[in-house]
Amino acid sequence: MRAGSVKFTESGDETLLQAVGCWDIANARQLDAELAAPARPPGRTLRFDLSGLEALDTAGAWLVHRTVKRLQAEGVAVQLTGGNESQYGLIEQVAANDRPIAAAPPAPNVLLRVVERFGAGTVDAMLEARAFVGFLGLMVQTFLAGLLRPRRIRFTSLVYHMEKVGFNALPIIGLISFLIGVVLAYQGASQLRQFGADIFVVNLIAISVLRELGILLTSIVVAGRSGSAFTAEIGSMKLREEIDAMRTLGIDPIETLVLPRVAALVLTLPLLGFFADMMGLLGGAVMSWAVLDVSPAVFIERLVTTTSAWHFSVGLIKAPFFAVLIGMVSCYEGLQVTGSAESVGQKTTRSVVEAIFLVIVADATFSIFFNIVQV
Amino acid sequence: MAEADQEVVIRVRGLRNQFGTFVVHDKLDLDVYRGEVLGVVGGSGTGKSVLLRSIVGLNRPAAGTIQVFGRDLARLGGEERRQIEQRWGVLFQDGALFSALTVAQNVQVPLREHLDLPQRLMDEIAAMKISMVGLDASAGGKYPSELSGGMRKRAGLARALALDPEIVFLDEPTAGLDPIGAAAFDQLIGKLQKALGLTVFMVTHDLDSLHAICDRIAVLAEQRVLVTGSMEQMLRETHPWIREYFHGPRARGALATPE
Repeated sequence: MRAGSVKFTESGDETLLQAVGCWDIANARQLDAELAAPARPPGRTLRFDLSGLEALDTAGAWLVHRTVKRLQAEGVAVQLTGGNESQYGLIEQVAANDRPIAAAPPAPNVLLRVVERFGAGTVDAMLEARAFVGFLGLMVQTFLAGLLRPRRIRFTSLVYHMEKVGFNALPIIGLISFLIGVVLAYQGASQLRQFGADIFVVNLIAISVLRELGILLTSIVVAGRSGSAFTAEIGSMKLREEIDAMRTLGIDPIETLVLPRVAALVLTLPLLGFFADMMGLLGGAVMSWAVLDVSPAVFIERLVTTTSAWHFSVGLIKAPFFAVLIGMVSCYEGLQVTGSAESVGQKTTRSVVEAIFLVIVADATFSIFFNIVQV
Repeated sequence: MAEADQEVVIRVRGLRNQFGTFVVHDKLDLDVYRGEVLGVVGGSGTGKSVLLRSIVGLNRPAAGTIQVFGRDLARLGGEERRQIEQRWGVLFQDGALFSALTVAQNVQVPLREHLDLPQRLMDEIAAMKISMVGLDASAGGKYPSELSGGMRKRAGLARALALDPEIVFLDEPTAGLDPIGAAAFDQLIGKLQKALGLTVFMVTHDLDSLHAICDRIAVLAEQRVLVTGSMEQMLRETHPWIREYFHGPRARGALATPE
């Protein structure tokens, strides 16, 4: 790379500033520093000589223009000499485009920003809650309309999503539930053994897995796995105006995109929950056998005699509700995507976090409800 | 243009591109000379954009060589390749601006990536480029999603010009612009090309652009560059597709009003 430099010479009242070498963007940093160095030339007039230039690009021309402008502002008479026509042309071009702009959006002060963000967040949350209820209504309405005209239900799409949401999730959900069963058995056993109540580990596993953990874990995994996929899919479609295209073709995006997804979740989440229950119990049984010498036969016998079927039902009753929450949040957030690729990422994160949050809130509400009705 | 004594900056020889069994280019040869504006035309699906993408290295050709500044890109290592890449700028069809950055930040991306400049100088350079491509000063702080299609193209051009490249690749720069905006864009490219001594490789369908600013035109058809030459030569060609293209109803309109 050829270098560029600045040479200052003084003769009497006049300062000579010579531009030497390559004044291009590769050398801009160094030239910028060199030009900034002399705070103020002593002479009242300055000759800026360009005859030593080997190359000049817009960055170099900008530096020439800026230096001239700065010196003139300081009251120095500046004269440009020695350049050729194209160099002068370039400098003129650059000078014509000397219009400062804001590179980044202006940032208000920190305190104001915090207050503003807090306020905007609160208002956002309220608006979102309202929009969310509206979306639920729209969904129910579309669903009921679909029931009246079953031919409009998109079965292909429904089955496709059931496979993606349900069937493909079996391995991961099975593995997680099995491991949770193992952990519960192991931790439970080490505590219960102190009281000689080893055998109650079966109750511990059965109740916690069937009532809470099986379905809760399944919902969280599904929210992370399928909820994010829904948001990203619908969000990208929104970004590429596919949703707008559907609307103009008279196709209802709620009917074609949202309902099949939510319905697939409602249908498969209970099945996945059931599978998780079984795998959790299996994990617990295996661990109980290995650590506590509770044989599978004893485990099953304990399970059947001491655990009421209600524990199992209570768990699975919650599944469709969780499914609706996950499906609704993820599709709703997908439809909220606007503008940029960043927005897809933001909404996807938001969809997963909100879905998991709502699932846990719903779970807590169910606990209270079941406690009141005493099951 | 006297072609013999001019420096060839892009030399494509025997290029073959295919997707699966679909052959886009076969035995394609093309030269681009320093300082010229080359317009590449061809019907839909003849691989104009693919040719552009092959030259800048986004598509790996199935066969053939592509030399830019006399270097075979496929054989260059990372560092040498980056150096070549700093000597060209690419304007994609919709600008391809980074959506998370403002326009000014977009223009600064190549500066930040390849050079170590003080922030103030980068701001000044970005401001100058943004103004050069005819954008309003207020556009600098805006995000790409807040701009119209024409403004995004201008911003994309400002980013392509950030490093003062020697070659600029333009992919349908005037597509989707209104006639006034398209004419302004043509003038802008012509003006910048003269001021900065650029070599411009332009894929376009716009007969007005071809007429207004292109020194030479290359016609892509039958999987290769069928002919290259000036507008006058194109008008004399007898190949049916070229005749249709340059003598069709829209072409007559464009040629009837030379500026």
